[in-house]
Amino acid sequence: MAEFFTQTGLGIALLITGQVLLIMLPLLLCLAFLMYADRKIWAAVQMRRGPNVVGVWGLMQSFADLLKYVVKEVVVPAGADRAVFFLAPLVSLVMALIAWAVIPFNEGWVLSDINVAILYVFAISSLEVYGVIMGGWASNSKYPFLGSLRSAAQMISYEVSIGLIIIGVIISTGSMNLTSVVNAQEGAGGILNWYFLPHFPMLILFFISALAETNRPPFDLPEAESELVAGYQVEYSSTPFLLFMIGELVAVVLMCALVSLLFLGGWLSPVPFLPDGFLWMFLKMLFVFFMFSMVKAITPRYRYDQLMRLGWKVFLPFSLAWVVFVAFAAKFEWFWGIYARWPM
Amino acid sequence: MTQIDYSRAAKYFLLQDFVKGFALGFKYMFSPKATVNYPHEKGPLSARFRGEHALRRYPNGEERCIACKLCEAVCPAQAITIDAEPRLDGSRRTTRYDIDMTKCIYCGFCQEACPVDAIVEGPNFEFSTETREELYYDKEKLLDNGERWEAEIARNLEMDAPYR
Repeated sequence: MAEFFTQTGLGIALLITGQVLLIMLPLLLCLAFLMYADRKIWAAVQMRRGPNVVGVWGLMQSFADLLKYVVKEVVVPAGADRAVFFLAPLVSLVMALIAWAVIPFNEGWVLSDINVAILYVFAISSLEVYGVIMGGWASNSKYPFLGSLRSAAQMISYEVSIGLIIIGVIISTGSMNLTSVVNAQEGAGGILNWYFLPHFPMLILFFISALAETNRPPFDLPEAESELVAGYQVEYSSTPFLLFMIGELVAVVLMCALVSLLFLGGWLSPVPFLPDGFLWMFLKMLFVFFMFSMVKAITPRYRYDQLMRLGWKVFLPFSLAWVVFVAFAAKFEWFWGIYARWPM
Repeated sequence: MTQIDYSRAAKYFLLQDFVKGFALGFKYMFSPKATVNYPHEKGPLSARFRGEHALRRYPNGEERCIACKLCEAVCPAQAITIDAEPRLDGSRRTTRYDIDMTKCIYCGFCQEACPVDAIVEGPNFEFSTETREELYYDKEKLLDNGERWEAEIARNLEMDAPYR
């Protein structure tokens, strides 16, 4: 039986399909409840009740929304490029989903344990911008086009700083494999060994860049409803719109996973006497998602020039300087070698 | 040589605004909700609330309206239509009293104009319908409203009386 799954082509294909489903289904199920949690947290901060009608405490709200999106009419604007118009939400969703292939949830719980995992995630998240650009362009409409232009500029700007921030972590670890990154944060100190302490400013920078990268408030300029109605999503309805929404949220949760893995020790337990495991990873992702929601609730939207100033004049030089600092600190083992975690 | 405001710079780099905003947001997360859970709980209504119209009767069952048509005259939206004839006992009564609720602006002039407190605007505001026709109220519907809401209407009139 074991040979069937490791030797024959059909067996390998079935095994991989099974593994993919094992990641996708729980992820999408969690997504439904994260969407609900997002709305509830947002509502609570504004002293509202949030969704509370569908199911107990409104827990089934996301499923009701799903049903509504699916049964609605698909409206295609006149003059739209139909092929690209329908390809755009698919690109957005698929790019967000395939990045999960390299995310380890526990020691060994990873679909493909490749050595360039961080580069892969980075490459895929760069491609995500195509979904937005295609959607905005194919709609053949003013606001979506403006929204997608903004989005393209914004995502590219912040990818630069995200890349530099990640380089600091890579230098410290000496590997681009995400499992190695987490294992490098293991130690007797528990929570004190995680990267968020030595790389603290970068945790904040990465978090803020992740907000901009995923078009979350306060950087949701591409869909600024007061100026652009809903940006690149204006002409979308029904299932294509749903795909955009899911793609966006999957990207957000991916960023939560990355923050947990790169800075918060992934599946490692914060205290030495408790066992490591998937539950820690889950809790850390939930915590980061909670921060995402709170930021959405408490911050006003940035102006476009402020966004660009922050990206190019603050984050870029700061993260560049940090890379240089980490490089020296790791090479000469400053601060008792906390910046050099690679096996000597 | 410009003076550098170090405390301001420190606040900027330590993201003081965001930390404070987070604390405030977190505090409000656990405060009581301002939302009224509408169909299950309702907000308070003033005794002077101007809702759905009703035609009242005297305690002996005689309808109050004497077809003076003051309400019809004062109605700024011209939503009221009244026809009247003397009854067999010689008293003047309406044969037709229609209110087009889609025209009505709920200004309350009709109940102000009424000399016998016959037409009143009751506390009911939940009378939406599925068709337009159902909102063309006739005399029967209005008298029916008066019977259904008499207790509340009488209470409201009594509470408002000292101020008139």
